[in-house]
Amino acid sequence: MDARTQEFLAYVQDGGQVEATDRLPDEYRQKLVKFIEMHGNSELMGVLPEREWILRAPTLQRKLALTAKVQDEVGHAQLIYRVAEDLGKPRDAMLADLISGKAKFHNVFHYPTKTWGDVGVIAWLVDAAAIISQKALLKCSYAPYARIMKKICWEESFHILHGRDVILAMVTGTDMQRELVQEAIDRWWGPLMQFHGNPIPRDEDPMYMWRIKSQGNEEARQQFLEGYVPQIRELGLTVPDPNLRRGDDGVWAYSEPDWDELRSVVTGHGPRSQERLAFRARFLEQEKWVRDTVLAA
Amino acid sequence: MIFEVFRQEKKGQPFTHAGSVVAPDAAFADAWAREQYGRRGESEALWLVPRDAVHQVTEWADEFDLKYRRVDGYSIKERLRVARERASQKGAHA
Repeated sequence: MDARTQEFLAYVQDGGQVEATDRLPDEYRQKLVKFIEMHGNSELMGVLPEREWILRAPTLQRKLALTAKVQDEVGHAQLIYRVAEDLGKPRDAMLADLISGKAKFHNVFHYPTKTWGDVGVIAWLVDAAAIISQKALLKCSYAPYARIMKKICWEESFHILHGRDVILAMVTGTDMQRELVQEAIDRWWGPLMQFHGNPIPRDEDPMYMWRIKSQGNEEARQQFLEGYVPQIRELGLTVPDPNLRRGDDGVWAYSEPDWDELRSVVTGHGPRSQERLAFRARFLEQEKWVRDTVLAA
Repeated sequence: MIFEVFRQEKKGQPFTHAGSVVAPDAAFADAWAREQYGRRGESEALWLVPRDAVHQVTEWADEFDLKYRRVDGYSIKERLRVARERASQKGAHA
């Protein structure tokens, strides 16, 4: 590492932030693009599991709220891709890498949404896990990314409330509705525990080293458990992990998440990975004329 | 074209940089920015500025030591200690 890069590293590790017009070390730029691109992909792919339920939403109010949430998430993808484009990767290259499977998206968006209970659990708990990561990005060393995160976090807070409201309506409903929620939590718990990644010590995590992330994976998972396990339990719902308990030191113990499943899912071998990528590819092709028309204007 | 988006949250507050949109012209940029930064009534106003129109200043000349114009240019601790000491000695003599 040359002296200038060394100096840059010390600057960001001290909490310094940089702009698009600053001279960025190549390695930093590459790491940033990879991270931001995966975030954008996750927003774009993340709407597909929920989209499947727009037409089947139980009431008009829920249909409108879910549509608004889907619109928000696509909007987040737009904002995030914009930041990555400024770092040098064109949008069509990002979309091509997404479709071909070269670029990844978050594990939780590779699973099916079987019931309306899943829609509640996604909006409440998946968004909660995501907002923990995204709040930590408010301090990202790359300032343009940190700035758009303000708007994203603000909108995510609506989503969590929407999800919680869906869950509350169901747990205060019939036994069958309540069972749908419990069954959804049972299925989603594994992917949720994998969501923040393996417990690599933060100082060995290159994304932390460059202060792209401001916290380690395990810190994020602990924050999720601390915030949401009590909220799940207070509704009389259970978490499907017999080893889950909070130690006297406030640290949560849990069963080892299935890291093989995580690896396999994010490399395109999840239960819905190929179907959703095919869907995205089809629409990219179908909507090409819109892009061409707008850009030719 | 890239338009930088600045948004004002409430009347009287400064416009702060929020992000950017890509659009072929100002009319498209207007539609994009409304959708992305004002859909929930979270903005009082937006400024859309073509990126090329932004004249950026980042280099600052620092030939002179101009600290006397700032609070960190003054360290009064030591002088204050001496002044207090003298004042108390005077008091003792009186």
